[in-house]
Amino acid sequence: MTGSGTNRLGQGIEAMQGESLDPPVQRERKSPLRFAWWAIFILGITYFFLPLIGTFAFSLRAVPPSSAYTAILEDPKFFASLGYSFVVGFITIIISISLLVPTAFWVRLRLPRARPYVEFVTLLPFVIPPIVLVFGLISTFSRPPLPFTHTDIGSTALLVFGYVVLSFPYMYRAIDTGLRAMDIQSLTEAAQSLGSGWLRILIQVILPNLRVALLSGAFLTLAIVVGEFTIATFLARKVFSVYLSQLGDIAPYQQSAVALVSFGLTWIAMGFIALLGRGSRSRVTITGAR
Amino acid sequence: MAFLELSGIQKRFGDVAAVQDFDLAAERGEFVSFLGPSGCGKTTTLRMIAGFERPTAGSIAIDGKDVTHQAPNQRNVGMVFQSYALFPNMNVASNIGFGLKIRKRPKADVDRRVAELLELIHLEGRGDRFPWQLSGGQQQRVALARALAIEPTVLLLDEPLSALDAKIRVALRHEIRQIQRQLGITTVYVTHDQEEALELSDRIVVMSEGRIEQIGTPFEIYNFPATSFVASFVGTLNAMDATIVDASAGRLSLAGHEIRTTSKLAGSAGSAVTIALRPEMIALTSPDGSNVVAVSPMKGMSGSNRLPGTVADIAFLGSVVRVRTTVGPDAIPVFVDTFNNPNLAVPAAGSPIVLGFPPEACLVLGRDVVPDRTDALAAAEAML
Ligand SMILES: Nc1ncnc2c1ncn2[C@@H]1O[C@H](COP(=O)(O)OP(=O)(O)O)[C@@H](O)[C@H]1O
Ligand SMILES: [Mg+2]
Repeated sequence: MTGSGTNRLGQGIEAMQGESLDPPVQRERKSPLRFAWWAIFILGITYFFLPLIGTFAFSLRAVPPSSAYTAILEDPKFFASLGYSFVVGFITIIISISLLVPTAFWVRLRLPRARPYVEFVTLLPFVIPPIVLVFGLISTFSRPPLPFTHTDIGSTALLVFGYVVLSFPYMYRAIDTGLRAMDIQSLTEAAQSLGSGWLRILIQVILPNLRVALLSGAFLTLAIVVGEFTIATFLARKVFSVYLSQLGDIAPYQQSAVALVSFGLTWIAMGFIALLGRGSRSRVTITGAR
Repeated sequence: MAFLELSGIQKRFGDVAAVQDFDLAAERGEFVSFLGPSGCGKTTTLRMIAGFERPTAGSIAIDGKDVTHQAPNQRNVGMVFQSYALFPNMNVASNIGFGLKIRKRPKADVDRRVAELLELIHLEGRGDRFPWQLSGGQQQRVALARALAIEPTVLLLDEPLSALDAKIRVALRHEIRQIQRQLGITTVYVTHDQEEALELSDRIVVMSEGRIEQIGTPFEIYNFPATSFVASFVGTLNAMDATIVDASAGRLSLAGHEIRTTSKLAGSAGSAVTIALRPEMIALTSPDGSNVVAVSPMKGMSGSNRLPGTVADIAFLGSVVRVRTTVGPDAIPVFVDTFNNPNLAVPAAGSPIVLGFPPEACLVLGRDVVPDRTDALAAAEAML
């Protein structure tokens, strides 16, 4: 409090001096920078929102204009595919977290020298295209002893496994950054000396302090899963993106409407995840910064 | 049989011998400090007691039970860290009650014990605060309470006050000692701060380069340092080269003057020894005896050695005034401490002066143990 007060006072004095000495120079120096800043900002806004506006405009070309949207509500496949994608997304997030938190924790605590290698492995999904991944999965798991693709549940499981792998780069990074913000060695040893075993350390000490990190990892994972197309198509899963692309052939206006609605719903789902992690956020950030 | 026993402990990290030949027997309720410079193996030894490191050789026993290969969460040993290591997601009460919950104590018992401990650390009614809402000193008190909650057999503290401001450090130091006495808990305290070790400890283990230099009471460590390392690390010290003139009579030659010591001398005439003089043991007078700058607390003991010297400079350290003098043709620096008082007639730099000290104050350090005199001097100078 005192610090910021002093700073503001300091800035005030500086500003006063600057103005009385040489006001035009200061204005000149500032305005082009400000202009550039605004230009970039507006460019960015346009880049992000123009497609949305265009899609919206296109969806209104249906006759009557709102029919594309009412059709969504009447289409059970919309809810089924979006629901399926969300469920797959949440399962992916849970598996990814339960795999990567202990891994990242152990690497940081006991195998710091293995970190670059683990990091490299988690980055592989960026190097290996999803099409290669899915053919690998299918050729391995479509015959005995592991005939996953023969059943619906098995195929969904394969889909989730594929998505878990896709989530690695985002999840691992988020978790690793979260772990770096706390003194995991001391926290772990403090818990151990108080009698805690590994599972309790992970669940009661490490996980709660990773909430913010896990949230950002979960956001990205959900966004990827809802938008992923290749793996789902080849596993013949009726996920949302597949439904959306099929819709384009038969009902283009409705496709645009669905894209917009799903965009909104994904944001709501993320908001829901954020809500789950609220409350801890400020605590974790402040403690981490010390 | 001692309560906490470390026998022949050794710890290697690859080629680095972090701890060697470590033997310690601490009695129940004793407060033992590990004192030594950074990197001398204090933390490693403490972590072996806690179970976080396995000794490469040797054994550790607590209360007659060998715990060398026991997991840390089975040892019931309390640990306090320099970084506090409070669980950020838990409030003060949950932090303190963490160990009791693991032991599946009924909730009422946990609450009662937490309240007791909050009172002990003077944080009554702050149980619902979170660590980030507390000052560093308060956080460390909570960490202490958390470690004490499980009624540990041994309490281990690793430089618990290093991250705190000087004032809080001193206050909390007293609090730790008082709580330790009150509970009678066997305690091992790691520090590189000799003042802390001297004030708190029943016994001090002075360490250097992974080895024990000396184990003794603060009184013994300060007044009868066993090695020149101990003498230089604990307190300020003047370490000087001298040669033996007559070993049996305790006569030495220092900077061209003959002095006497009551310490035992081993060696023939002409062989070199290192002698140590505490700055507060030296009297300082003007050559004609008119101005007595410093009086030796050991004056009146069997005569006095006299060394002529020159005042180099003077430093006010609050209650103490430290005069740096030089003696002999090589201008060997010798520090002299005296209590400050308004009537002190401080001699000007460059004026001649006479240093006096009784033979009893003239310690002869074992050359064979740590022969490096420059280290001792550097340490003494760094403290000025
Ligand atoms: N985990 C470790 N791996 C390798 N070397 C270590 C490890 N822990 C400590 N050491 C080394 O052991 C020595 C003693 O360290 P430490 O016990 O931390 O000293 P202190 O606590 O007295 O400052 C140092 O040389 C340090 O580098
Ligand atoms: Mg240490």
